[in-house]
Amino acid sequence: MAEYLIKNGFVFDPVLGIKGDRVDVAIKDGKIVETTALSSPKVIDAAGKTVMAGGVDIHAHVAGPKVNIGRNFRPEDKLFGYKARSGIERMQGGFSVPTTIRTGYNYARMGYTTVMEAAMPPLYARHTHEEMRDTPILDQGAYPVFGNNWFVLEYLKNHEIENAAAYIAWLLRATKGYAVKVVNPGGTEAWAWGLNCENVHDPVPYFDITPAQIIKGLIEANEYLGLPHSMHMHANNLGNPGNYTTTLDSFKLSEGIKPNSKFGRDQVMHHTHVQFHSYGGDSWANVESKAKEIMDYVNSHDNLTIDMGQVTLDETTTMTADGPFEHHLTELNHLKWANADVELETGSGVVPYVYSPSIKVCAIQWAIGLELALLAKDPMRVFMTTDHPNAGPFIRYPRIMKWLMSEEARKQQFDAFKHKDKVIDATNLANIDRELDLYEIAQMTRAGPAKSLGLAHMYGGLAPGLEADVAVFNFNPNEPYAPDDIEKAFGSAEHLFKAGVQVIQDREIVSNGNKRTLWVNAKVNENPQVMRDVKEKFLRYYTVTLNNYEVTGHYLPNPYVIEVDATE
Amino acid sequence: MTRTVTDVICPFCGTLCDDLEVVVSDDGKELLEVYNACAIGAEKFLHSQAKDRITRPRMRQEDGSWKEISYDEAIEYTARMLTDAKKPLMYGWSSTNCEAQAVGSEIGEVVGAVMDNTATVCHGTSLIAVQDIGIPSCTLGEVKNRADRILFWGCNPAHAHPRHMSRYSIFPRGFFTGKGHTGRKVIVVDPRPTDTASVADVHLQVEQGRDYELLNAFRVAFKGEQLPDVVAGIPKEKIYEAAETLKSGRFVIIFFGMGVTQSLGKNHNIDEAIAVTRDLNEYTKAAIMPMRGHYNVTGSGQVWGWLFGFPYAVDLSRGFARYNPGETTSNDLLRRDEVDAVFVLGSDPGAHFPFSSVKKIYDRPSVAIDPHETPTTEVCKVHVPVAFVGVEVGGCAYRMDNVPIETRKVVEPPEGMMTDEEFLKHVLARVKEIQGE
Ligand code: SF4
Repeated sequence: MAEYLIKNGFVFDPVLGIKGDRVDVAIKDGKIVETTALSSPKVIDAAGKTVMAGGVDIHAHVAGPKVNIGRNFRPEDKLFGYKARSGIERMQGGFSVPTTIRTGYNYARMGYTTVMEAAMPPLYARHTHEEMRDTPILDQGAYPVFGNNWFVLEYLKNHEIENAAAYIAWLLRATKGYAVKVVNPGGTEAWAWGLNCENVHDPVPYFDITPAQIIKGLIEANEYLGLPHSMHMHANNLGNPGNYTTTLDSFKLSEGIKPNSKFGRDQVMHHTHVQFHSYGGDSWANVESKAKEIMDYVNSHDNLTIDMGQVTLDETTTMTADGPFEHHLTELNHLKWANADVELETGSGVVPYVYSPSIKVCAIQWAIGLELALLAKDPMRVFMTTDHPNAGPFIRYPRIMKWLMSEEARKQQFDAFKHKDKVIDATNLANIDRELDLYEIAQMTRAGPAKSLGLAHMYGGLAPGLEADVAVFNFNPNEPYAPDDIEKAFGSAEHLFKAGVQVIQDREIVSNGNKRTLWVNAKVNENPQVMRDVKEKFLRYYTVTLNNYEVTGHYLPNPYVIEVDATE
Repeated sequence: MTRTVTDVICPFCGTLCDDLEVVVSDDGKELLEVYNACAIGAEKFLHSQAKDRITRPRMRQEDGSWKEISYDEAIEYTARMLTDAKKPLMYGWSSTNCEAQAVGSEIGEVVGAVMDNTATVCHGTSLIAVQDIGIPSCTLGEVKNRADRILFWGCNPAHAHPRHMSRYSIFPRGFFTGKGHTGRKVIVVDPRPTDTASVADVHLQVEQGRDYELLNAFRVAFKGEQLPDVVAGIPKEKIYEAAETLKSGRFVIIFFGMGVTQSLGKNHNIDEAIAVTRDLNEYTKAAIMPMRGHYNVTGSGQVWGWLFGFPYAVDLSRGFARYNPGETTSNDLLRRDEVDAVFVLGSDPGAHFPFSSVKKIYDRPSVAIDPHETPTTEVCKVHVPVAFVGVEVGGCAYRMDNVPIETRKVVEPPEGMMTDEEFLKHVLARVKEIQGE
């Protein structure tokens, strides 16, 4: 494998604590090494440029059944945006729901190298893996959803943590999944009857359990197993005015629980797209930001990480396992609605959405997302996402950087709002003058998410021994720049290395890389009861047989297995 | 001695049953018996055992006779045909696995083909309707475990999807449906007195081609508004009654088939059927599902979805993907003489396309990849027999509810026989070579 020496760049790396110093980065055999370990490297001149580790996206909907519903039912999303085949690049299409090929390339162009698929319905795991297989360059893993799964509901109703954990371990193996995802706990099961669970104490029909019990039980089971990532949470009551209290109630369920993981994370709950969960008021007429209340809580509780779910003010496609929410949305905007309930496991919905700067609520949502990041005391626990494509397409990350790094850019956006004054009244953003620096950005987009995922030993930094995922951007932090320069520079990496392979050279994709699929193999003590339950449910209620359920073989041509031993 | 392979997937219809048991000879070469399958499914397995099966590619001669050729020659012919053509049609893709579909898609990309699948003459109209209005749906297990109102519209599973009613829709006892069929109300809407209609509680014998009116009348009835005395041949009392039956259910499922997708109104019928489903969600829970025919037509729509963004009728001839049904659909292209070569895999347009289209295939350079001799192989210049997917080679297939299942290999293909995927990989490599020349 070729050796590389990236010379003289301004390096931002929270792992080594480098804040823009000129440091050389050495690559050998797919890893970062000491510069002295190189013999005859290819030299990349990064003088006057910014160097960072490859970006890590902790939460995006990029592969699987609902993503493909979004593609297939929105031909209009492909209008004008198609890119022809050229060189090694295959055809690429789609804006808010890009094809898998475009997903891989567009992330790479922004300097991202690891992307987690945020919600995998277990019964559709094969589909999710097929799409990830066909997504070039990126290392990926997928989170199977557990929060409405009948096994989980039945075990946790009686607080059977060990059984829930054994089932989780079994399902992670069967689906080749990475982490425990929870979406609208209990609410999606209720949606199978057209109902919902609107707060953490709203009982799940028939199953005689509350969302609070599900959330707490899954955190405990996650820590029982000691998985790399914590329980990954999308709370009840998403997207509704006044929902911040439900969010705080959900946060509080993690209190007093300590992480038990050898993978270096400090949190026991990651709460995703918090923007959608930080609303005050009691109607769309008086909805207001409660980002401050939310961030007061987050800032004072170490065992929690969150991501933003930043609204980007685009036309996009919403998609979530929160089935009742999508139905609610289609009734609000009257656009087309797809729904896909999955037997014994979960559900999902898909609805297009236009976040218009002329609509007050959309502008308030925009402000709330930025407030979360700008009120963060510890950028290692607050990550940049758009909950792609829900609040906007991931290709807007460089634009979000611009808003976070420049008060002027935010002012420009405020001025472009039709209801500027009302938006300012309903939010705190106009009073926040904080401008993040590139070190903080690297925390929010690299080191932080890698740590939260339990992958700090592979990604997120430039310390020797880590994967050689390195991005070089044409941006000189020491020279004056306009806000738009940020967006431009970070939207198109000059060079990108993935596991030591140069995939972008002079802004051209030159390799499809060597993508890997990460999954977690958790060993647990034999649990005859759980295996009996699994057999019986497949025999009686599933429509596929147990022997046809597990995903194996060609679905993961290049697997990377993370072993966890929970047998002690 | 024999051995029994369990959990075998039936590669025939979109029901994609996965509980078959197949008895094979000890050496794994012969398939002896098939259990649990319906008659058509079992036939598919046993057919692969035909002693007179064609096992080598053949090329049509001037005098109309066949001459056996090698796989290499077949690969060369196919690769040349596709690269020489300005705009080849690559059609079918519904009776093969997703792996072959993916390789075929890359070939299509490289040569600039139009990719189309059997939805073009089947549920393509449904796919268009979904693009208009969306689709509230679910997996078949949701139906089994929850549904107490089953509506079959313009479909006849008793014949086309024989195990559908017992596995998923009418008869099974699920978690919330312990009483099986006695707890369910079944409505069939069909102009014909079908075998499915004969097991229904209610048969609404709609006038031929009047589905849209009847669907619309349901929406009126849900709201309790006034209907004319008779709509689409059905007295209004029966419509009100059926509407009330649906509204009062806990979980309603509507299955629909080619009786509505390809009759007068086409995609507009499906628009309206989905609107009925949306409306029902105001009162209770409701879902709707197309009864997909071929066992993996759904999968080809999925593969093209993630690779190109469109489920069928994908025109790659301009170097990027375009989708415009009516223009980029197979029969329209053939009849307007817009394609100059035809490649068929995993379908039988010779049997299903109008004669005028089939004649165009006959007039052009053409290749059919198919384990069987079919009406299509009869009109093509080259026939490449391949191993049976789901019998002699595994691979992924998507059930009508989009659930992906890995099909199984249960016996060896005849010696030296290629699979779809292998053949396509060779063609892809050769196409790239030719283009590099
Ligand atoms: S119903 Fe369809 S899938 Fe099932 S056995 Fe019959 S032909 Fe095969």
